[in-house]
Amino acid sequence: MVAQRKAVALISGGLDSMLAAKVILEQGVHVEGINFYTGFCVEGHTHAIRQQDEKKPKRNNALWVAEQLGIRLNIIDVAEDYRQEVMLNPRHGYGKHLNPCIDCKVFMVSRAMHWAEAHGYDFVITGEVIGQRPMSQRKGTMPLIASESGAEDRLLRPLCAQKLPATLPEREGWVNRDALFAFHGRDRSPQIALAERYGFSDYAQPAGGCCFLTDASYTRKLRDLWKHRGKRDYELDDIVLLKVGRHIRPGPNYKLIISREEGENHFLEGYRREFVALRTLSHPGPLTLVDGDPGATDLDFAARIVARYSKGRDAEQVRVQIERGGEPERILDVLPAQPAEIPADWLL
Amino acid sequence: MTGSSPTGRVDARRLLCPMPVIRTQAAAEGLAKGSEIEILATDPGVLHDIPAWCRVHGHEVVHTERSGREIRLIIRIGSS
Repeated sequence: MVAQRKAVALISGGLDSMLAAKVILEQGVHVEGINFYTGFCVEGHTHAIRQQDEKKPKRNNALWVAEQLGIRLNIIDVAEDYRQEVMLNPRHGYGKHLNPCIDCKVFMVSRAMHWAEAHGYDFVITGEVIGQRPMSQRKGTMPLIASESGAEDRLLRPLCAQKLPATLPEREGWVNRDALFAFHGRDRSPQIALAERYGFSDYAQPAGGCCFLTDASYTRKLRDLWKHRGKRDYELDDIVLLKVGRHIRPGPNYKLIISREEGENHFLEGYRREFVALRTLSHPGPLTLVDGDPGATDLDFAARIVARYSKGRDAEQVRVQIERGGEPERILDVLPAQPAEIPADWLL
Repeated sequence: MTGSSPTGRVDARRLLCPMPVIRTQAAAEGLAKGSEIEILATDPGVLHDIPAWCRVHGHEVVHTERSGREIRLIIRIGSS
């Protein structure tokens, strides 16, 4: 009896990786999913933080995909290694924003391949499609990812395999190359047709939407953080806080993180003891954290900005409490800042 | 509520998804079938993610309670 072959599939939660895994499952291969947490993932955090998202389903799309496919899914925290090996020094550089897509893919395939070897799996599957993405999915990049990850010809891309040289699973007959696909380019209609064929009608919007590093607004805040700290580095809390609130930088030595609604208020409460915090006492208003090293005059002005974003914005006076280490430090009665006092380029 | 004390405990309060799932996954590794894990969390995403993770891996959520912003779940390890 021929032993059943086993593959590990990179599952992002989007359509392409879901289809790639399904194609291989249909060929009788045992498939298990793997999903990497880098700290820059979009949906879990923003759902958790923002009240306005409470009506949306809070599902983890990778888990949801695994459930639809009937496969197990291993979610692996790689945030620290990702910071060092990918984010801070990408060998292949960044894309349009701070997205190190090629290094990211090499890293993830490499990690998946190590997992496969450690668990007795034969090959790795991804949902890559030639020409779909401008950086990591160009035709010339495909062999580079296979080679630099160490996966070599044990990396199979079922959706575009027929456009690439045959891999080991194809040559050995573990999978039937004729039943794989030759998708290419940015046209999504072949994937949508295949999804229909498999009866998948509910799937996450695919291709790039799951990573904050492709987001212009987010990466502007990350660049600002690096610039004003004088070094390109971060901790996990830093990159989480970049996803929360309105960020205003009145000076090089400090910036304000002002919550935009109740959910963010609750979330920032958890960080209150680690920052200087401002809250309005006389009127409902946002909780604000001050990141950096503000002086007393800076905090006086910060209080006026916070008042501006409170319900007392049109009042003559708003009472603001400044806290340090979670304890009240002083109380100020301030005139809310006028719009002209907060230049547009302070808003990150 | 289950009768016996949980074998494992995961304090995932203040952690955002998927970290509570990752911590639970680590706590479940090597546990015998029938063992239970208590999970404390504050991210409401766990109310969906932990049950989904359990379904995918053959485990079972046997208790869920919410008190203010704090969530407590107990899961029982299945056969996988």
